[in-house]
Amino acid sequence: MADKTQTPDAISAYYQTRAAHHGVITSDWLAQAQAAVEQPDSSVFHDLGTEKPFNVIDEFNGWRKQPDLAEAVAAIRAMAAVIRASEATTMMELEIELKKASDTLKSWDKTSISLTAGCDLFIRYVTRTSALEYEDFNSAKSRLLERAEKFGEISCKARKIIAMLSQDFIFDGCTILVHGLSRVVLEVLKTAAQNNKLFRVLCTEGRPDGTGVLLSNELTKLDIPVKLLLDSAVAYSMDEVDMVFVGADGVVESGGIINMMGTYQIALVAHSMNKPVYVAAESYKFARLYPLDQKDMAPALRPIEFGVKIPAKVEVERSARDYTPPQYLTLLFTDLGVLSPSVVSDELIQLYL
Amino acid sequence: MDPPSRFLHSVPTRFDSPDRLRFHHFSFPQLPLPRHDSSSAAASAVSPSSFSYSTAATSPTASPGRVSRGSFSRFSFASSLPGVGMDSMAAATSSSVPASGLTTVSVVNMPPPPGLSEKASGVGVQKSSKPLKEKTTKAERRALQDAQRAASKAEGGKAPLVSSGSVASANVKAAKPAKPSSQENDVAVAAAGPSEKDRKKDAPHPRMQYDDESRVVKAKRRAVVKQTEAKNRVELFRHLPQYEHGTQLPDLETKFSLLDPMYPAVYKVGLQYLSGDISGGNARCIAMLQAFQEVVKDYSTPPEKTLNRDLTAKISSYVSFLIECRPLSVSMGNAIRFVKNRIAQLPITLFESEAKAALQSDIQRFISEKIVAADKAIVRHAVTKIRYGDVLLTYGSPSAVEMVLLQAHELRKKFRVLVVDSLPKLEGQLLLRRLIKRGIDCTYTHINAISYITHEVTKVFLGASSVLSNGTVYSRVGTACVAMVASAFRVPVLVCCEAYKFHEREQLDSICSNELGDPNVISKVHGRGDINYLDGLTNNANLQFLNLMYDATPSDYISMIITDYGMVPPTSVPVIVREYQKEHLLV
Repeated sequence: MADKTQTPDAISAYYQTRAAHHGVITSDWLAQAQAAVEQPDSSVFHDLGTEKPFNVIDEFNGWRKQPDLAEAVAAIRAMAAVIRASEATTMMELEIELKKASDTLKSWDKTSISLTAGCDLFIRYVTRTSALEYEDFNSAKSRLLERAEKFGEISCKARKIIAMLSQDFIFDGCTILVHGLSRVVLEVLKTAAQNNKLFRVLCTEGRPDGTGVLLSNELTKLDIPVKLLLDSAVAYSMDEVDMVFVGADGVVESGGIINMMGTYQIALVAHSMNKPVYVAAESYKFARLYPLDQKDMAPALRPIEFGVKIPAKVEVERSARDYTPPQYLTLLFTDLGVLSPSVVSDELIQLYL
Repeated sequence: MDPPSRFLHSVPTRFDSPDRLRFHHFSFPQLPLPRHDSSSAAASAVSPSSFSYSTAATSPTASPGRVSRGSFSRFSFASSLPGVGMDSMAAATSSSVPASGLTTVSVVNMPPPPGLSEKASGVGVQKSSKPLKEKTTKAERRALQDAQRAASKAEGGKAPLVSSGSVASANVKAAKPAKPSSQENDVAVAAAGPSEKDRKKDAPHPRMQYDDESRVVKAKRRAVVKQTEAKNRVELFRHLPQYEHGTQLPDLETKFSLLDPMYPAVYKVGLQYLSGDISGGNARCIAMLQAFQEVVKDYSTPPEKTLNRDLTAKISSYVSFLIECRPLSVSMGNAIRFVKNRIAQLPITLFESEAKAALQSDIQRFISEKIVAADKAIVRHAVTKIRYGDVLLTYGSPSAVEMVLLQAHELRKKFRVLVVDSLPKLEGQLLLRRLIKRGIDCTYTHINAISYITHEVTKVFLGASSVLSNGTVYSRVGTACVAMVASAFRVPVLVCCEAYKFHEREQLDSICSNELGDPNVISKVHGRGDINYLDGLTNNANLQFLNLMYDATPSDYISMIITDYGMVPPTSVPVIVREYQKEHLLV
């Protein structure tokens, strides 16, 4: 993605939301909360330019705030709301409206891959449906709505399918290294625990989100032995690890993944020590991106707290995510099955051709 | 998978339908009517060989050109094929339709009865025109055959028989022993000449291995373009054709008048390939397709033939000619396959004019969709990868990459280009000129300096002649070198290639399939007449010159392939080949 009008200081809304999900308080969030308290009526989105009383972005944000809902599902629910509120009388009109809504959403948050992928998927579905000309408009409309609803279910089911597929790879007595707090990976570990497998988990601290602590909380509830590591202690502990499990914010066309900062590092270390790296991702996260290197994506910045004051002249690397090339990944667990990284492109071509 | 040979005429593959129809696509008049004669000659695609043959033909045999229907047939065919007599006998029993010699010889000497001239074109005729036959006894016929065989042996390989492969094909696998009627048709068809049998059996494979002596000899007999083989050849590459350069053009020019069946547009394109005026996968493909469009435009189905088969045979013959001028590129091969496919799918019920119009528009659509529009799509994807301050390296003169660079410049992106070039072709200079004219910052160097300059390069853009199923990129020689050095420096390598150039074959090295260029050009340094140390050493037994045209870059060195289907990793090429073929079936 070429750099466009992203200001260098733009905070990625996607990662903000995730931080909110995790209950992480950052100074930025505090500042926003402060501002909100002082001006209860100001709309945070006043500069978006959507004049309609129905605002797809508001809708989306509403859905997004729910911690258990996947980003793409939130996007599709927002699109469903667009359909419901739309006054179009023909499929073409509806399609155009949806396209516009999708573009607005995508441009509002350029850094969220699931959002883009979810929108694209839905538009694709709409185009395919509208190709069926013989249906009358209302039934087509209701079909689209139905599909949007189903998508939410599919997404939940996707997690279960992935959890089921990955059970074969977790054996008794294994040690799993986990990075980041992915709801899918959590589901995988939960299912494994329920199947009475004996394993232990090493989680990285996951600064600045503190995902390590959150994950360990969750895992202790499930009675899984957990050990917390500093992010820098990964290479040190890699010897005792049997496999690495990560989630993904997005899966790109080359088969690589975009995930929380630190994933690339861990994958590199694991690869050099011949440990398998498994990625758990739903199929709607497949995106038509193809980064050539780390800087080839739209920058997604997030605020980082160091606890002490930093001199003004010191720059801070604030990117929230990195790209892991496919050669460092072993397998991808998706609801389409257990795939090798090169199959992702195959699926994408079939989906988008 | 059924490959390349498909687009090379001979068509042996077609022989499934057991009946006479088989022979329909040999629209060749097969009767070697003397040139000045007619109508039929002009009208149908007479194989040049028949002409040359007719002049050479002597006539020990008289009339019994036609085999009498039914009675014995098979044996009559063997005839004049030198040395192949046995084969033809055998073949006759097994199938084929030889036809041949008998008719040729006989016809030459007597003014062709009107029935015959008709027959000339009428393969598919079936019994419509009754050929004149003389009844001969078995013994007589045997004697005839022997005489003919002797005669043809005498003339031996005198005239190169240009068979448009079709004739060969026709006869070639004829496969089942024909019914008498078909045999009779065959006889009419025959015409060609001694190597008819050979032709039948050895449809030249598009990637024929040239180290097999006998096949080379046979191929030569078929050839239109007389090429003399180079003498001093590298052992490892003996399976690739190599001819003396400089001898073909004048020869071909004089031959033009003789090559009546060769359509002038196709001839022109062939000459342009030979002289190197047109080079580059896209340019060659477009030139060829445009020539084919003209062929279709001026085509008229000969009487008693179906357009599908006749036109396919014609196209096949033109393709063999083009191969002789310069071996086919993969892009051309795929285009030919497409054209033949379209011809085959034309419904029989269409009127000729409709069919022709449909075909022409199909070809036009292929050019505009698969080449022109594909290039636009590639440019659109590729410019998103060019960032501010990029230093882009490119090698040679790939048309797709040039378009990308020009478009990126239009979009006011700031970047500079490093053009890497190599002897003997020095194609990079052409690209350099065009870029500089548009005001793009360029640096120029030769390939021996790439390890020196690659450290300052941020991306490498390469073109490809073809991308194979295992992700290997088959491109101008030197590309592999550039890709490997870039990969060693961790610089991403992006290959721009239209999807129609993808091929389902796989190649592991640059040796098994390649093209050999003129070895003499590497003995001199371009522009430096004073450096001529290798002068006169071309025929030295201890020194062989090797001028390879292509090389294969393994997929490990390629970061991504940009096609009109989007940006894909090299591992996804089989997927695209699959999708592409599906599209064609549906179309």
